[in-house]
Amino acid sequence: MSVNKLGKFAVIGLSAAWLAGCSTTATDTDSSTVAEDAASTEQVEDSAAAGSTDQSFGAGEDDAVTSVIVDDSAEVAEEPMTDPLAGVDTVFYFDFDKSIVRPAAREALAKHAEFLVANPDARIVLEGHADERGTREYNMALGERRAKAVSRYLTIQGVAASQIETVSFGEEVPVAFGHDADAWQLNRRVEVRYE
Amino acid sequence: MFKRCLSAVFVFFFFVSTAKAQLVIEITSGADQLLPIAVVPFGYDGVEALPEDIAQIVQDDLARSGLFQPIPRGNMLSMPSKEEDVFYRDWRLLKSDYVVIGSVKKLPNNKYRIGFELLNVLSQKPVQKHSSIDVGANNFRDAAHYISDKIYELLTGSRGAFSTRILYVTAEGDRKAPLFKLQVADADGHRPQVVVESKEPILSPSWSSDGRKIAYVMFRNRRPNIFIQELASGKRQQIAQFKGLNGAPAWSPDGKKLAIVLSKDNNPEIYTLDIATQKLERMTNHYAIDTEPSWEPDGKGIVFTSDRGGNPQIYRLDVNSKQVERVTFEGDLNTRARMTPDGRYLVTVQKHDGNYHIALQDMKTGRVQILTETYLDESPSIAPNGSMVIYATTYKGKGILAVVSVDGLVKYRLPSADGDVREPSWSPYFK
Repeated sequence: MSVNKLGKFAVIGLSAAWLAGCSTTATDTDSSTVAEDAASTEQVEDSAAAGSTDQSFGAGEDDAVTSVIVDDSAEVAEEPMTDPLAGVDTVFYFDFDKSIVRPAAREALAKHAEFLVANPDARIVLEGHADERGTREYNMALGERRAKAVSRYLTIQGVAASQIETVSFGEEVPVAFGHDADAWQLNRRVEVRYE
Repeated sequence: MFKRCLSAVFVFFFFVSTAKAQLVIEITSGADQLLPIAVVPFGYDGVEALPEDIAQIVQDDLARSGLFQPIPRGNMLSMPSKEEDVFYRDWRLLKSDYVVIGSVKKLPNNKYRIGFELLNVLSQKPVQKHSSIDVGANNFRDAAHYISDKIYELLTGSRGAFSTRILYVTAEGDRKAPLFKLQVADADGHRPQVVVESKEPILSPSWSSDGRKIAYVMFRNRRPNIFIQELASGKRQQIAQFKGLNGAPAWSPDGKKLAIVLSKDNNPEIYTLDIATQKLERMTNHYAIDTEPSWEPDGKGIVFTSDRGGNPQIYRLDVNSKQVERVTFEGDLNTRARMTPDGRYLVTVQKHDGNYHIALQDMKTGRVQILTETYLDESPSIAPNGSMVIYATTYKGKGILAVVSVDGLVKYRLPSADGDVREPSWSPYFK
């Protein structure tokens, strides 16, 4: 997180506080979450002490909500695919409620394995996904199971386990948005991402 | 005191900015025997307009419960605001069993005194003595829900849940790069406020038992993390960022622990995390998927989803002995269980003939009833009085929230004007 960006957030935070009188918009932008948030809490208390007249009752007492706006997308920028793997598939598909690597995936996975064995410093993240059917946390587990199935396929071919990280997105990041078999098939997948 | 100040400002601030995104209720089915009740517009002696129509909010609350049939205002023969002005004969003609009357009076200190009374048309007597509450202009909706709770309790004998709130997640904008917002709104969908927003997914919001804190899963840098956040201050704490899954946080009834799902030891297992001491305890040990923990109301057991039997079903974990027993047997699969506050019923997402519906299992008799007929139902969450289940479903190609009563008779939808809505979580009572 650049100093510049932090500065921008501070300005937003301040202007929100000004606009809303005694409100504060807490922002956190990196691992210093707790410290930053604690600071914003103090600010809330300070400004409230200045001039609070309104009184409520019942649920009103718990009404207050302070928003947290998270924007660290800049840190998520993906690196371009390394050349030796140009044209090699990076997305692999699965059957419903299954985590078995299909035969069609073997050739491309073998190329990834070959590259990773030849480049022990290379790191990949295997991102597992599920279709929208079923519950969200179960689908998180299912996406991970798929990512681990691909991971096992690569380690069997000699890739070091330390080169691979498995992550699941469950059904949270679909690539197809229909509610039919075609869309579901496209969403049941593992994506290979080079770090 | 400062919270109240915040409350006033934020209601205004967010009403302006998010009015469009509010959830709107469409009642789709009600109970068989509805109790006719007339909620008369409240009297008011002032000149400037009031911020809210209290009688209308009360009427909408009662209608939404599915137990009452409000008398339309246009049919009312008179609009009394004091008991001495009530002609019971008028209300008998309209076949109204009960009448709610009330009045609003402006006080010198910028507050309003709201008086109300519930009258029984047959006995021609008040059901309870006239009572009143004083509120600021920003708390008219709270006052109305409070009155609805009182009426509901007087007429049904069980506590109303109109003063509660719901958490939910919206995904707005470009579907390929949506903006995720965790929001909190009144139980009727009004007054939405953003709790946290992010370009990465947010899921599994869960309330602490006092309603002051929440826990949720949010991705950061493409990995899931578990956060706890204080609603009032926005102060938040990242409590789990292990390798792999960090998911499904569920607050224990005593507020001291979270049940969570971690796969740091290879596959998804249920753990409990003591929030004060940060002590982590592994509760399950099986090569299958174990996930979606939810505490029993007495805190002695945790129900969870596991596919250890081949397909996902609900199991119960004894917190002390860590013994596990299977709970659900009907349907092709059962996931994401929640128990009613009295411990009598288990609500699950059940797959049957390819459809995903909300099912209710009687824990005494084992009888199972399918409550919903909607499409791709998920994420059930139960009102603190055990009367209603809010859940997520798909309607006209969009994610929306819907509500069904535990007897399956009352149904309504809460669609949003834009974006997909999902992951509802009904608050406890606020203490």
